[in-house]
Amino acid sequence: MNPETLAIVISYATPLVFAVIGETITEKAGVVNLSLDGSMLLSAMTGFAVSFTTGNVVLGLMAGGLISSNIALVIAFSSIRLRLNQIAVGIVLTLFAAKLSAFLGQDFVRKPGPSVQDLHIPVLGDIPGIGPILFQQNLLVYSSYILVGFFFWFIFYTRQGLNLQAVGERPEAAYARGIDVNKLRYFYTALGGFLVGLGGAAFSLDVKLGWSDGHIANFGWIALAIVIFGGWHPIRAALGCYLFGLLQLVALKLQPLFPQLSQVLPIIPFPLMIMTLVFINHRKIQYLILRNNVFGRFITGRAPSALGESFQRL
Amino acid sequence: MSLKLLNIRKSFGTILANDDISVEIGQGEIHGLLGENGAGKSTLVNIISGSLTSDSGTISLDGKYLDMSSPSDAIEAGIGILHQEPLVFLPFSIVDNFLAGLPKSRDFDRKLLQDDVRKISQEYGFDLDPNALASNLTVGERQQLEIARLLWMGARVLILDEPTTAISETQRENLFTTIKLLAANGMSVIFVSHKLDEIQSICDRVTVLRKGSLIDTPTLPCPTSELVNLMFGEYTQDIPQNQSVIGENLLVLDGICVKDANSVIEEVHCKFSEGEIIGLAGLEGAGQRILLRGIAGLTKCYRGRIFFKEKEITNQSYKWYMENGFHYLPADREGEGLIQGLTITEHFALAGNQSQTIDWNKAAQLAEDKLREYSIRGTVTSKPEDLSGGNQQRLLLALMPDNLSVLSMEHPTRGLDIESAEWIWKELLERSKNGTTIIFSSSDIDELINFSDRILVCFSGTIIGNLLSKETTPYEIGSLIGGIHS
Amino acid sequence: MKGFTGPIYSYLAAVLVSMVLVSLLLALFRIPIFETYTLLITGSLGSMTKLGDTLMVSVPLIIASASLVITFKAGLWNIGVEGQIIAGAVAASFIARELQMPTQILLPAMIGAGFLGGAFWGLLVGLLKIRGGVNEIFGGLGLDFVATGLVVYLVIGPWSRKGIASTSGTEPFHENAWFPTVEGFRLSPLAVSVSLLVVLMVIFVFNRTQFGLKLRSIGLNPNSSYRFGIPTSRYILTALVLGGAVAGLAGVTQVASIHHRLVPSISGGYGFLGILVVLLAGYRPFLVIPIAFFFSMIAIGSIQWQLRLGLHSSLGGVFQGTLVLSVVLISAMRLLRQRREKHVKTEE
Repeated sequence: MNPETLAIVISYATPLVFAVIGETITEKAGVVNLSLDGSMLLSAMTGFAVSFTTGNVVLGLMAGGLISSNIALVIAFSSIRLRLNQIAVGIVLTLFAAKLSAFLGQDFVRKPGPSVQDLHIPVLGDIPGIGPILFQQNLLVYSSYILVGFFFWFIFYTRQGLNLQAVGERPEAAYARGIDVNKLRYFYTALGGFLVGLGGAAFSLDVKLGWSDGHIANFGWIALAIVIFGGWHPIRAALGCYLFGLLQLVALKLQPLFPQLSQVLPIIPFPLMIMTLVFINHRKIQYLILRNNVFGRFITGRAPSALGESFQRL
Repeated sequence: MSLKLLNIRKSFGTILANDDISVEIGQGEIHGLLGENGAGKSTLVNIISGSLTSDSGTISLDGKYLDMSSPSDAIEAGIGILHQEPLVFLPFSIVDNFLAGLPKSRDFDRKLLQDDVRKISQEYGFDLDPNALASNLTVGERQQLEIARLLWMGARVLILDEPTTAISETQRENLFTTIKLLAANGMSVIFVSHKLDEIQSICDRVTVLRKGSLIDTPTLPCPTSELVNLMFGEYTQDIPQNQSVIGENLLVLDGICVKDANSVIEEVHCKFSEGEIIGLAGLEGAGQRILLRGIAGLTKCYRGRIFFKEKEITNQSYKWYMENGFHYLPADREGEGLIQGLTITEHFALAGNQSQTIDWNKAAQLAEDKLREYSIRGTVTSKPEDLSGGNQQRLLLALMPDNLSVLSMEHPTRGLDIESAEWIWKELLERSKNGTTIIFSSSDIDELINFSDRILVCFSGTIIGNLLSKETTPYEIGSLIGGIHS
Repeated sequence: MKGFTGPIYSYLAAVLVSMVLVSLLLALFRIPIFETYTLLITGSLGSMTKLGDTLMVSVPLIIASASLVITFKAGLWNIGVEGQIIAGAVAASFIARELQMPTQILLPAMIGAGFLGGAFWGLLVGLLKIRGGVNEIFGGLGLDFVATGLVVYLVIGPWSRKGIASTSGTEPFHENAWFPTVEGFRLSPLAVSVSLLVVLMVIFVFNRTQFGLKLRSIGLNPNSSYRFGIPTSRYILTALVLGGAVAGLAGVTQVASIHHRLVPSISGGYGFLGILVVLLAGYRPFLVIPIAFFFSMIAIGSIQWQLRLGLHSSLGGVFQGTLVLSVVLISAMRLLRQRREKHVKTEE
């Protein structure tokens, strides 16, 4: 495979990287935002519509992020304050946001519009081999690299990141140490939602330009699966996204030879998700997860212990 | 330097959990906090550690009044608590456990902290590798981790809430050494325990609570009998003895061991006769609950054998137990007894369990009859959440099949009004007369002596006493509950 | 969480709120509000053809919702119904393609196969849950997409039309494999009967049988249920299998009375839409029929919106979503207020 095609893989997977990092942060705080597919659709539409109207791509991306962030806040509010089931609210919002995106986006269907401009990084882009793959992209792609690195550092190496993990891991202990559990949960649900929205907008402004009904091709559901496959670890999750991009490319290349296979490959993340869950829930594996060092945890993956549970102080 | 509690008062609804409690704990003092379940210990501990706010009263440290609304306020003021189940983050390293929730005023620096951890470990003889994962530590080591963290946070008062419940003998020795060292370095330690020998061996003074009130704060050591009397009160009046008919050996426990995630009971050898009533005494978590579940077939024993009517039944299913007249009634009547959201009629339909289709008229009629027979205040369409605790317990009794062989029951009258409590026992005694063996746990010594033929005392997961209630005294039971053989 | 429970006036308040919200949206797009609502009625019930179409759309939705009631009542968040519908459709299609038989034998065989196909897909979710420790939410979701992959594979692979490898669908079935319809209409009495029978069965199971009562009690409190002697894992597995089997029937009606062949979008999204219906119904099976029928009115009525007012077909979905969101949020806020009041009382 030549560098150009691999560069396409990277750029194709970029919206997924945003969404997966966003959802990983949200779930690290113990909240499940199941509305990803609807959120991404609505923000893909919003992102395109805003960019189309204003001619400003950055505004479009921000608008996409904000709309999805607000959906995420509805989930946080319903589960923290109203004590509703996160899953139920997530599903309802998924369907609602998907339909809303189709309705509100009707005037923008299949219109040519702005897109994110390519920006080759001078020195890095000229490195033979990886240069053309990684560094002859656009700002969106570069920010996704930074995002992955940043959140890896943030989650595991900063004070705030440790507090984030603490909240999703054992809220009562976090509370006892003076952490405002529900405030953090609101914050990271909104932040995660924002990144999910960026991913949605990135899709319509960079990957599949423009807007049409059901534009994002199940990327929301795929992102949910990759969060699990990625073991709630930002780097592994990002690698999962690129793996998915690669599989898509392989499917495309194989289309003339094996037409069936190419249509079926996009579902691969889902059996992988199920296998990951079976794997980490296996008793012996669990034992290993709790015994092992940092690298072992990277390999095995581990859900935040209090994922989906609500917290009320004494 | 001292911690001073003045006129602390706290009530929950109509229950007065702490009634005007005043204590002063000096620097370097190891101060015990003793009392039965429900005496008000945990409320007091929660107030001192910032988890609860008192209705009235003041707390001061070194003459400075403290205004705390959360545990982090408490630790900032210098009061740290080690919970029974240490509140550590299992997937985190020891260093990260120190750093989670770090106050803004302190630097987030893993390198420096590693040295601090090593220094504290050395000073107190802990074996803490700063980079080890908390999940790899024993419970004793997790306690060390928490103590070290609280020291590092600047705690000058340390509360230990029943710290010896889940640790081994050697770990306990180590913990006590640590506590003495802490006190020698000027720390005020509040040691909460049920275990009289521990209180005696380590504390300088002890505050004894009973039914929410402070009874006395004697200096230690003092005669254990005095502590027992302070804890349980003096029994002067004659207590009527239950006279039940005792028939053949019905149930034999041959060295059974049962455990679940939280508790364990080991090596129980016992014979129960038809119609006998056996009380299980002991503090919360000493093993009564898991033993009762094992006897009812709800939790399988992992060692030992059970014989019923001279046939071995150790490996029979819970279904088999139910079909052969075993029944279990839990203390958590709403969580594990009844089903919130189902009506009383539906409960009877569920318990009846004969045919695949339900005749609702018949079920409603049965419910109606039982409501009257058990004088339950409610209608056939009431749900458990609409009923008072007493009526819930009556409902649970009403739902039992008529001919039971063995009834295994936790806290038959806990939280009930006197009328309901009397009524429940009238019903239970009636059952026993008809041949049902009743095994029940209780933290009320009066109840145990009043109604049992025999009393088994559980302590730390074993049976340490098998007493005939006719021949025993509250004092003897109380001592055994606290782990003291007289 | 039980979806909607509570007095009728708060239900109506929620319906009103959602109508106001949708009206605002319409006003924003300068769409005549009153006409839109009347067109919804006339467009879905205005003629026998339209009524027939509305009924036909309600069939799979009613069945899917009935399937969801079974698992939701047992406390299971089964979002694998989409996959189970597909599995039923695939199994029924297999029979329709492979067996050359008179329609009197073929149709029952298809129904049976769909039932088993859906049951098998439900069994997978159940086994993953009780043996593999995989929550039914993720197991079900994953298997939805696996089923989608399977049907796409079949449509363009082994079952593709001769010489064409496209995702447009298989060869239409022989007419023996079509549910008979009322002359001149798309309405199939057999399909409608199947949906009504399924709901009646679910009502019967939950109102009259020990099995239904036990499922409910597991959903409400698994610990107490176990103490009552109910083998909880086995019942959970049974609920998922039965729910899957019922969902499979929706797949049968989709292939045998709507599409008459297998297409990739055979599930029609009814597995997800059914969740909205069940939440609105507060898990009460008898309410499934009117609510699903109302949802179908919106679906068919919105075709008229498109034709007559030029409105986008998704407006119906927006309406449904707003309705469910308002109902769920409003009833939760009411509960929150009640809890607060109760709390204040005990504090005093």
